[in-house]
Parts: sequence; C-alpha cells; structure tokens
Amino acid sequence: MEQFLQQIASGLANGAIYACVALALVMIYVSTDHINFAQGEMAMFSTYLSWQLMTWGLSFWVAFVLAVALSFVLGVVIERAILRPLHTAPVLSIIVVFIGLLAIFNALAGAIWSYLIKEYPSPFPKGSFGIAGVIGPHQLGVVVVTLIVLTLLFVFFRYTPLGLAMRAAAQNPQMARLVGVRVDWMLALGWGLAASVGAVAGIMVAHIVYLDPNMMGGILLYAFASALVGGISNPAGAVAGGFIVGILENMVAFAGNQIEKATGVYIIGNGEKLTVALIIVIFVLTVKPAGLFGRVVVKRV
Amino acid sequence: MAAILEVKGLKAFYGQTQSLYDVGFEIENGGITTLLGANGAGKTTTLRAICNMVRTDGTIRFESREIRGLATEEVVRLRIGHVPEGRGTFTTLTVDENLRIAAYTRKDKAAIAADLERVFTYFPRLKERVQQQAGTLSGGEQQMLAIARALMLKPRLMLLDEPSFGLAPLIVVEIFRILRRINEEDKVSILLVEQNAALALDLADHAYVLETGRVVMSGPSSVVKNDENIRKSYLGY
Repeated sequence: MEQFLQQIASGLANGAIYACVALALVMIYVSTDHINFAQGEMAMFSTYLSWQLMTWGLSFWVAFVLAVALSFVLGVVIERAILRPLHTAPVLSIIVVFIGLLAIFNALAGAIWSYLIKEYPSPFPKGSFGIAGVIGPHQLGVVVVTLIVLTLLFVFFRYTPLGLAMRAAAQNPQMARLVGVRVDWMLALGWGLAASVGAVAGIMVAHIVYLDPNMMGGILLYAFASALVGGISNPAGAVAGGFIVGILENMVAFAGNQIEKATGVYIIGNGEKLTVALIIVIFVLTVKPAGLFGRVVVKRV
Repeated sequence: MAAILEVKGLKAFYGQTQSLYDVGFEIENGGITTLLGANGAGKTTTLRAICNMVRTDGTIRFESREIRGLATEEVVRLRIGHVPEGRGTFTTLTVDENLRIAAYTRKDKAAIAADLERVFTYFPRLKERVQQQAGTLSGGEQQMLAIARALMLKPRLMLLDEPSFGLAPLIVVEIFRILRRINEEDKVSILLVEQNAALALDLADHAYVLETGRVVMSGPSSVVKNDENIRKSYLGY
C-alpha cells in the first residue's frame, strides 16, 4: 500500500513537470497553431542560466526568479526577431525553424557549459517537509511550486485585462485588432510566458534528472503526450493531461512490478514507461481525436 | 457641418486583385451615410480599407487627419468602432468579456462602467446573458453584441457591415431603431453598408451607390430613394 501511494506521489511530481511543459506548448499552439519543438531545449537553457547564476553566488530562489524573467525576455525576443518575419511562411518552414532552434539551444548549452552531467541542487532540504515514506520534500515542493505557477497563470488569464486581451487575440486575431488589441505583441507575450513556464519546469526537474543539455528530451515527449491527451487546444486540459500521464506511467510500471513479484513473469517495467504512455496517447486519440477535454471544432459552412 | 470622414480616390487590393478603383465619399459629423450596391461592388472592402485590413491607396482623412496606412489597432484607438461582416464574436469568451475587451484601450474606469449600463439599456437581452459564452447566442443577439462592443469603445464613428444580415425582420427593425438612438443620443456618426437599400435609405441622410469598385452616384437619401432610375438600375426594387 505504501509503495502504491509512493508511486502515485511520484507520478504527481512528474505530472506537474509535464503539465507545465504541456501548458507552454498549448499556450503557443492556441495562438499560432504551431507546436514549438524547441520548448524543451529552451527550458533546458533557462535551467542552465539559473545554474550559472547560482555558481556566481546567488541563492536558489533569486536565481530562480531571475532565470524565469530572463526566459520571458528570451521568449519575447525569439518571437519578435525570428518568428515575426515568418508569419506568412508555410507551416513546414516554421517547423524547420523550431527544429533549428532546438539544435541551436542544445549546441549552445553544450558549448557554454559542456555536455558533462551536473548535479543540480534542490531548494527543499531533506527533512524539511514531505510525508515520510510517501513523498519526499523535493517531490512535494515541485508539486506545490507548479501549482502556484499554474494558479498565477489562471488568475492572470481569467481576471486581468491583459490576460483577456491575450485570449481574445488567440481566439480571433482580426476582431481583436478591431477592438484595439496589439495582436503581434500579444503573440510575443505568449511566447515569453511559455518560455517562463518551461523554465519553471526545467528548474524543478533538474534535481531529479540532473543537468545536461539533453535533460528535456524525454520530458518534451511526455509533455506532448499530455497536451494531446488533455486536448491540444485546451490549457486546463493540458494541465490535467500532464498529471494523468504522470500518474499513469508510474501505475503501469507499478502494476508490472507487482505482476512480476507474484508470478515471476516480467511483462512490463520502468523501461517500458514511455512506450506505454505513447500507446495510451494513440488510443485516446483514436477514440477521442480532440483529446479528453478538447473542444471539437464545429464550423458552420 | 464639417466632415468627420473624407475618402478620396480610394483603391484597394487583395493580393494582385484590385477591388476598389475610385471610391470617394464624406460623412458629416453626426451624420449617417450609407453605401449601397450589389454583391461584389466593394462595400465591405471600403469598410475594411478604412481600418487598414486590406492594401490601399488614396486618401482617408478622419477628423482632418490622414489615417491611411495606420495599423488597424491604431485606427481603432482613434475611436472608430467597426462592426464587421459576420459579427466577429469572440465565441469562447463570455458576453461580459466580449464587452470588456472592447474597452481595452480605454483608461477611464468609471466611465466604462457607466457605458456598460448604457449599452444594457439598449440591449437588455445581453444583460440577461452576460455570463453566457458568446458563441451560444442567437444570430440576432450576436449582432446586438457586435454593436454593443463597438459602443464600448466610445466611438466617434461607427462602421457597420450589413447589420441586417440573416436576421428576422422584427429584430432588424429593433436594431435599426437602436442605431438611430445611438446616432442621436450618443452623437456617433455612422457609416452603414447594407444590402437592404430601402431600410438603409430610411435611416441614412446621405447615400452613395457603388458599382464594381467605383462610386457611380450619390445624393441625399430622400433624393436617391425617390429617383426611379436609380432604384431600378442600381438598387433593384
């Protein structure tokens, strides 16, 4: 039983990370119809920034805030300088740009900080909090921090004029212009926010997966799966999808271990988690193409 | 009275295709002008040209200032409210959010609240539906929402693209009565594009008739309305 709860808790912690990256993907998707394949590498780069700031002597949380802010600026600059000139380009060109960005950030991080795997500290010291035997301080901290970030974003989008303007610009850009919203800047802000949320995910997960330029590769896949399961057009769905995928992958491995223990037959284990997650995605999309919480777009013609 | 909007030699292009060749007209400050003409005459394009939503050439002067070439969102900030073809509802936002986003460019919070109340006196039905998703409104309600949204900008000039489109006759009458009040009570000048010429001529004081991207005739509504030749050749009734 304790093991079961442990697996759920660790699924929640992973899920929180997937939820953040999935949300970053969805935030850009709903306003541009593009999936930013470089989202994971941008988050990795932000994590290195925070690491660099810490080696210069800043405390974890100061480095955290600064790195998240720098990521915001980086996101805005990428949108304005690279994607804005391409806004009429075909989808394929933009995908190539995303893949280029992915390679650039990966190589840049390797060049600046080397490909050697680094340890990354946790701001939640051992024995500070957590529930003994179920969830460790870092895992609990990750869940709490991401929930705070998600709540802040929700409040921003739901209750502030700027958040409303961003939603309006994503939903109907032409009409948004007709009420005076500067739609181009809203897209850039969306990129900035997505980069910031990604940075939070990277900084939170680095203690678990260690810091290296390829740290976000698998996580981006999971996040992509989460976004699709939850509904790529629905931010709340993406967050739910993140937690669902996080818990599900651990449950699959847990069930596999239990079966092996009981019967001695190895069917499925930790190594197959990603495979199983992707099978689930395909299954969900076959049955519900818009995702679990996605809106089916019906257009009057 | 001085003109609030003067358009001269206006040309417009969609890509390589030219759809306006020589459009010129004026709207008196506080007046209602209507653009009439068949499908494809260039009425909608003229409205889109004013807000720089198509490529244009020529002169567009608003309150004696050249505005051609200003970005759409900057034109709107001069308080030109555009009620577009198809109503432009933000379908996934609530009615309340649709109205609040329209006041996005304004800083006068108290006046915004007062204007919201005023808009609800014109359209009490919107008040009943204020928390509803705008995409679930009926066609007539969405048209009311579109006009209400333009009003929340506190416009000096309102551009209306076929407000009668697809609506039941009773609702059309109601909407046109409200447009009259908006013009008289709120001192909003109006540029109205309509297929329904009879209706438009009743509301407007001046009319311009477009044909394939050119103004082919114009005059006071009363004259245009009673000229049988114009009616038969251009307005089809």
